[in-house]
Amino acid sequence: MIHADFSSLVTGLILALTAATLIAGGLRRWGVPEGTSILVETLFTRINTWWAMVVLLSLAAFFGRGGVVVLFAILSFAALREFLTLTAKRRADHWVLMFSFFVALPLQYIFVAAGWIGLMTIFIPVYAFLFLPVLAVLRGDTSGFLTRVAETQWGLMLCIFAASHAPALLWLEIPDYSHKAILLIAWLTIVVQAADVAHFVAPRIMGRHRIAPAVPHSRTWEGLVGAVLIGTALGTLLWWITPFNTWQAMLMSATVSLVGYGGGMVMGAIKRDKGVRDWGHLIPGQGGFIDRLDSVVFSAPVLFHLVRFFWAAG
Amino acid sequence: MIKSAAAVIVGHAITLFIRLVTAPRAIWAGTEPVPRQRVYFANHTSNADFVLIWAVLPGFLRRNTRPVAASDYWLKNRLRAFAGRDVFKAVLINRDPEARAEDEDPVARMIAALDAGASLILFPEGKRNLTDTPLLEFKSGLYHLARKRPDVDLVPTWIDNLNSVLPKGEVVPVPLICTVTFGPPVHIARGEDKASFLGRAHDALEALAKGGEG
Repeated sequence: MIHADFSSLVTGLILALTAATLIAGGLRRWGVPEGTSILVETLFTRINTWWAMVVLLSLAAFFGRGGVVVLFAILSFAALREFLTLTAKRRADHWVLMFSFFVALPLQYIFVAAGWIGLMTIFIPVYAFLFLPVLAVLRGDTSGFLTRVAETQWGLMLCIFAASHAPALLWLEIPDYSHKAILLIAWLTIVVQAADVAHFVAPRIMGRHRIAPAVPHSRTWEGLVGAVLIGTALGTLLWWITPFNTWQAMLMSATVSLVGYGGGMVMGAIKRDKGVRDWGHLIPGQGGFIDRLDSVVFSAPVLFHLVRFFWAAG
Repeated sequence: MIKSAAAVIVGHAITLFIRLVTAPRAIWAGTEPVPRQRVYFANHTSNADFVLIWAVLPGFLRRNTRPVAASDYWLKNRLRAFAGRDVFKAVLINRDPEARAEDEDPVARMIAALDAGASLILFPEGKRNLTDTPLLEFKSGLYHLARKRPDVDLVPTWIDNLNSVLPKGEVVPVPLICTVTFGPPVHIARGEDKASFLGRAHDALEALAKGGEG
């Protein structure tokens, strides 16, 4: 599982993060005093989260494909809990919630771990989709029925289905690459995280023109351009850890950055609709798991299917 | 000896379990977690309500905080009696005035617990609220406490979402995030009558519900 390329990537990441931590610490100490610059403070908390990501992914990789599946199952669980906390529900939805947490989530990850890619890609969109409203209607409470069912299904699709495509990348049979497919998960995470932080930094340097009036003010054209540029640049530079050549890596990272950006906007719109600032409080200083994973969740299925179609054998 | 050790272990286990399931967050809005004698009065939607308050209180406050609970529920069998009396050290109240013995006056029991130095968790609605209104009318117990021990802080405590975690009649809890909001303490004014004080306390608690995430 631990491939030489993975080790050198992790070493590189640790060096980069150490440098980033030192620079941010130095800025805080001598340049901008603690708590005065939102830019520095945000970067500081981001860097801490990246450390956690590197440690978690390396640990998971150490335990092989199973470790990665367990890691993403836990992340799915945390994200689903945040999502379903905010969705519309009534007392009659208890069975539906039990089904989501205790049946749909474990089954989906069991299918991934067993490598049943066909079943994994239809279980939630077909079977859970049709079964869940039946379970809801059995309890006999029809007020707000469609809203309740639809919002729960959204949670299942995003937090379980879409998220599970990241570990599923490990089961694609890519010629000369399958044994180091964990690098593809690392690549996806790096590209999306870089795009994410560029979206935050770019408007503060280049000014801001909002994309749409009602979406959160942090979503600007400058942010979009910055996110796609930085995501694409980094994704292309890292072509050597992917099954792609340089121009393919460029196209793929541009796609992933764009889709991820769209995901961040969508999740922001849901937060605004529900009247909350963050999805949760479990990651200190940055809200919940969904706040950090929204763009990964959106881009993982797209990456999975593009790679499956163009690169995977059989 | 063995029983009290078991009670401490079970107490930690229950707190850990509820933390894992509900990832609860305490929001101290207008009051601080400091060791003062307090009566936390909260909305009541689930049997696990006081466990959640207990779980979000810092350890040094939790050890000295006792829930006020119904004896007909907590003495029903030996397991519940162990949980109620030994683990949570509940102040048990007989809810049925007809069947009350001489020494079972609820207010007197709560006052005795306060005078022994404990803080209390009290559900002034008197029973679980299963209606769509956010908060039922308060019973008079809170008023009697406020009048007899006017120095004790009465802290409004709003529990959010626990009724979705474990609705009445369900056995298996689902993991959803809960919050507990502690508001600014309420005190009785000199000569304030029962209706006006209970109304004020009721409004203070309801205001926390509307504040929500804030």
